[in-house]
Amino acid sequence: MAMQTVTTTVAGLGMREFAGGSGDPLVMLHHSFGNPGWMPIHEALAEHYTVHALDLPGYGGDEGSERPDWARHPRDLALLVGQWLRAKDLGPVELVGCGFGGWVAAELATMAPELLKQLILVGAAGLLPEQGRIYDQFLVSHSNYVQAAFSRLEAYDAIFSSNGDNPDELPMSDDTLLVWDMNREMTTRVAWKPYMYNRRLRPLLGGVNVPALVVWGDKDEVVPMECAHAYVDALPDARLEIVPDCGHAVDLEAPESLAAIITSDTATSGGAAQITGGAD
Amino acid sequence: MFLSYFTEQPMSAYPADEGLKEGFTSVMFSNKYYDPAEGSRLFNERIEEYKLADQVGFDGIMVNEHHNAPFCMQARITVMSSILAAITERAKIVQLGNPLPTYDSPLMFAEEIAMIDMISKGRLVAGIVRGAGQESVCLNANPAYNRERFNEAHDLLVKTMTDDGPFSWEGEHFQYRVVNPWARVLQKPHPRIWVPGVFSAETIRWAAEHRYPYISLNTPLHLTGELWQIYDQAARACGYEPGPENRGYLLRVHVQEDGDKARENAREFMWMQGEFTGIGHPYWVSPSGYGSSARRLDYAKMANSEVRGSRAAPFEKQLAAREIVAGTPDEVIAELRVVLETCRPSILMLWGNDGGVTHDDSRRCIELMGTEVLPALRDMGDELGLHDPFELDSPISLALTPPDELNPVESDDARPEDTSDSTALKMFR
Repeated sequence: MAMQTVTTTVAGLGMREFAGGSGDPLVMLHHSFGNPGWMPIHEALAEHYTVHALDLPGYGGDEGSERPDWARHPRDLALLVGQWLRAKDLGPVELVGCGFGGWVAAELATMAPELLKQLILVGAAGLLPEQGRIYDQFLVSHSNYVQAAFSRLEAYDAIFSSNGDNPDELPMSDDTLLVWDMNREMTTRVAWKPYMYNRRLRPLLGGVNVPALVVWGDKDEVVPMECAHAYVDALPDARLEIVPDCGHAVDLEAPESLAAIITSDTATSGGAAQITGGAD
Repeated sequence: MFLSYFTEQPMSAYPADEGLKEGFTSVMFSNKYYDPAEGSRLFNERIEEYKLADQVGFDGIMVNEHHNAPFCMQARITVMSSILAAITERAKIVQLGNPLPTYDSPLMFAEEIAMIDMISKGRLVAGIVRGAGQESVCLNANPAYNRERFNEAHDLLVKTMTDDGPFSWEGEHFQYRVVNPWARVLQKPHPRIWVPGVFSAETIRWAAEHRYPYISLNTPLHLTGELWQIYDQAARACGYEPGPENRGYLLRVHVQEDGDKARENAREFMWMQGEFTGIGHPYWVSPSGYGSSARRLDYAKMANSEVRGSRAAPFEKQLAAREIVAGTPDEVIAELRVVLETCRPSILMLWGNDGGVTHDDSRRCIELMGTEVLPALRDMGDELGLHDPFELDSPISLALTPPDELNPVESDDARPEDTSDSTALKMFR
């Protein structure tokens, strides 16, 4: 499917997206390790929607979205995503946030629900677990952290280990390493402490007056499943879908399952009939 | 010459085999292996040794601070500095240094520095550091803003020491509605500020641009020429001619009457596999955003490689390269002549004892340094023209240098191409 790279200037910052498909708008926000490109999940969703895979501000390396030096919190990134949606006149959209991007999506939903048709959280960070702990990337290497987002190493290798098994080289490309490190730096800038949660998010989730879908891999080792239930409990109109045999990065490890859940869910919800009709 | 004593104050009484099993000895190496009874013994032995160093004629005693690792017991630099202020008479207390960015309160440092300066009757050198990346991890200070926080904390610290309060401070990282500490430095306008580092080109330049002496921490001798070149170019671009008074060097040196015993004891400098900051993963030592972006790819490669264990050169190699100097007083004096002639520092920190060197041997080392090595080094310093900042009464900083004493600066792009980061990386490996 044809995909194009689009850059839109918001608050003086170039914000990059990969866009493709047709239909109503669906915006995807990536994990803290970034969006590896136009991926199978985008391709699958582009059958039903116009997909906008946005690089969050400061993510995506030198070619990605420019860094807001002033940003100190994921809520700052959510504000910029809101401005970006308004600048493009995209809303209301299906907003899909994965991991760290899920946190940003949830923050945006609390401050501007009118920009959303539906909030879709996939292994979303943002809430402090009561029992478990969110896996701390800053104590491990980049590759070990990204691997932890997968239940099957083959799925990780298929995306990131482009150099094969050559023992003289690291499995991942220099570009991947550079972008991972720049993304990690941006995550450090906005989410170093407290790590991956905001005590001031949960009290606001009750005001999100749009439907929400919470999707979690049953083998998520990064954000504990209890956070899925916490989101479902706190959001006024939310339901939970669990993807079997899948880790944290459902979008990358089980793209077809995630696409099926999103398309079937939106097809049965009030707002989605229109989409199905449009696709027909 | 300014001659200072130093020890990392190792928590040497920990089960080293557990560290070897883990593959690292910092940040996450469990403190269940810390025996406070041994800690108490070691602290008190070191305190006795510091008193001795003061008595035998050292000009200074250097102290520092590190966290979550056995290589250094000093978790708070101001604690040991305060003790030294009270129990020593002569030696300057050389803090290398106060880790400004890893705490949220530069004002706290300003108050502590003032108290220590007064209690010590003006014997404080208030060195400052960024703190290695792992200190940011241990104290949970954001490493991506480390340099910004260092710069801002420095500016606030200097203003607090020199200006009368109350004033307010509204910075990017620190804000105070009232800065007005009722604790003022005794030395006017403020105690000397020295800046230590291993080999960060950015920090070397920063020190030169403030006219603060840079204390090179056990940087391999053959690299010090390159280091001073960076310093000197930055200094000249600011309009002053740097000299030995801008240069300090920390070196591991151990002395005993019996040279073989000295060399055997000096093996203890390798006690933690020779890694003087403890073995830590690169993503702790240099977290993303901590280092310069020019080194990003190399650090990311290192962080994602599966290399474990020590990166240190073998003991004999370090001895041959004079990264460790050990022997009888005469042997050590001869070796240190080469060091002084090569590096030309006016400030020399003698890192005398480490690892499991006994209290008795540590004391003997300090005594021999005092009676035999220090006098010889002073003569050598005079002969080689290595005059320290106190002897010369050199300006404390660029800001405190009278404008008419500065040379005209011809071009403002005197800064050379940055090739030094690759050197730093080689050392890191």
